[in-house]
Amino acid sequence: MPIGAVLKNGLFVVSATMMLVVLYLVFMWVPTDNIQGTVQRIMYFHVPVAWVAFLAFFIVLVGSVGYLWKRTSKWDQLAYSAAEIGVLLTTLLLITGIIWAKPIWGVWWTWEPRLTTSLMLWLIYVAYLMLRAYSPPGDQGARYAAVLGIIGFIDVPIVYYSVKLWRTVHPQVIVGPAATGELDSSMRILLLIAAVTFTLLFVYLLTDRFSLRKSEDEVELARGLAESLR
Amino acid sequence: MTKFWPTVAALMWKDILLELRTRDIVISVLAFALLSLVIFNFALGPSPQITPVVAPGVLWVAFTFAGVLGLTRTFVLEKDQGNLVGLLLTPTSREAIYVGKMLGSLFFMLLAEIIILPVFAVLFNISPFRPELLLVILLATIGFASMGTLFSAIAVNTRSREIMLPMLFLPVVVPIIIGAVMASGTALEGGSWSDMVKSIQLIAVFDVLALVFSAFAFEHVLQE
Amino acid sequence: MVEPDGNGSLAIKVRGLTKVYGPQVVLRNLDLELSWGNFLIVFGPNGSGKTTLIKALSTISRPTEGEVSVAGFDLKRNPAAIRRNIGLVTHQPLLYGDLTALENLRFHGKMFGLTNLEERIEKVADLMGVNSFLGRKASILSHGMQKRLSLARAILHDPPILLLDEPETGLDQEALEMLGQMMGAGERGRRTVVMATHSVERGLALGNRLAILSGGKIAFHEDRANIDEAMFKSTYGRFTGVAS
Repeated sequence: MPIGAVLKNGLFVVSATMMLVVLYLVFMWVPTDNIQGTVQRIMYFHVPVAWVAFLAFFIVLVGSVGYLWKRTSKWDQLAYSAAEIGVLLTTLLLITGIIWAKPIWGVWWTWEPRLTTSLMLWLIYVAYLMLRAYSPPGDQGARYAAVLGIIGFIDVPIVYYSVKLWRTVHPQVIVGPAATGELDSSMRILLLIAAVTFTLLFVYLLTDRFSLRKSEDEVELARGLAESLR
Repeated sequence: MTKFWPTVAALMWKDILLELRTRDIVISVLAFALLSLVIFNFALGPSPQITPVVAPGVLWVAFTFAGVLGLTRTFVLEKDQGNLVGLLLTPTSREAIYVGKMLGSLFFMLLAEIIILPVFAVLFNISPFRPELLLVILLATIGFASMGTLFSAIAVNTRSREIMLPMLFLPVVVPIIIGAVMASGTALEGGSWSDMVKSIQLIAVFDVLALVFSAFAFEHVLQE
Repeated sequence: MVEPDGNGSLAIKVRGLTKVYGPQVVLRNLDLELSWGNFLIVFGPNGSGKTTLIKALSTISRPTEGEVSVAGFDLKRNPAAIRRNIGLVTHQPLLYGDLTALENLRFHGKMFGLTNLEERIEKVADLMGVNSFLGRKASILSHGMQKRLSLARAILHDPPILLLDEPETGLDQEALEMLGQMMGAGERGRRTVVMATHSVERGLALGNRLAILSGGKIAFHEDRANIDEAMFKSTYGRFTGVAS
């Protein structure tokens, strides 16, 4: 087996095992939060997912800059793969956020800065995937996507700031108890383990999607070449 | 390289001449914005208490969506008759093409907005002609035009471009919309400058970033 | 002969040009050289990549791979200098329908930063015989008149190189003859012309060098003087798969 495949399979085994361990720790080991109760356990998914989603969009930025600079398709394939995974992760982030918000805040949704920014992030990168689907194939579509991949990332902190500003002007009544229980040390350790696990899973997904996309592009190119020779 | 500002002026003059002949952009923006103001009135009900609260929001929804409509036109005009190729063949810098198209869009959007304002004043029973509000409108429209020109140059080359432009444009300009709605609210309540400094700063920062980045990215978007 | 503003000895030099549109490989490692003053006809059936080649030479399309130099300037490093030295005519007129013929020419000239604009417009309008309808909107002109106008637009900045992509579509007989006589003869001497067409008759009549584009490459490139008409027609028929 080539070294890349060994690494990839290794990554898969490690992240799958660690995911099982995290599941066990979340439900069997870590103490229940004394204010929020059992529902707080969703934090061990919600927070790592948020971190990895952010990492994914950062890689979209890196791939986009790389593509506009070097114009080699591997940068574009990297950005595209990361964007797909990023949208998936942000979807999970929003869903876990909504599930967590209902019992704690008493509402499914509140226009809290982090929530709102995640929603905008999701919309921007859904637009990114739509743009890829509707653009002309090849270099032109890749360039359009790269431009959006850069703007999207620059825009995130501005959106966050603007929503915070907006909230101070229109203060909202927080329903139910505020979720500010202190984390004890076991909680903090588990959060760290979960974050590492999700990062490994993300790296596995990214490498897998990246190599698949590379093959897809090569097959397409070969097909085009065969057609032009006919 | 040809001189920067004369080419920008030539591009703007060309767009103004075309607009004088067809009136495509200003009329469609105007009609759409007016219709949305009227529909909002039905949606919100005739109660006099509610209008001052929702007025700034209504105004910016109308401006934003009407703006998207106008921005779609600016590149459809270049694309459909193949004129974009003609533009690309000229030795002007691509930044000049960007600035020319952007200033053209800005001009038409501002024109439409200035015409809408009195109608808005009558329908919502407020007096909008305050320097604070006019400044907010100017700054926010600069942001719309600078981001929108880049995105409409992209959207015009995609399938279903009518959907693609708002999909790309609206999530990204959210900071402008938030800043503009807040600052206009303050301005309409007769608030002071110091109350709106932060929102105006927000819009201004966005404008600068959008202008610089779009001018840089435009070349990458234009090539085939 | 028009001397180059750049420093290349060749008007056009293409090395290993490849252009890929998504999955489609349109040009494949194409080489082409053309010295100054020649009138090259590029034949090829529809979809053979003629338009793509013209687009690459005119800086509109960026090559996936390969070196392109036009008028002695490198495509990647100095596209603006190339644009100054070429004029392009395509099957689209590249005119704003709601502007008058004169306004179209004026706008184009301003984008080129021409200093003697009105003088130039008068000259090319005379040359292409568009004087009588300068005040009319481009959209109400007939196809033939639009074509003449777009030819006038292409030579407004007096480029030493002309790139023509099937310019004969929509051109009336009179204008076609004019094309043959004038496109070669620039004001500063003989122009270098590259013309893509699928009309064998017209190409044989106009060009002094003939090339066939097939499979994304220049498959044949020869001096007109060395070419027997009947032979060429049958050769071209082999490439296109149609007996002509």
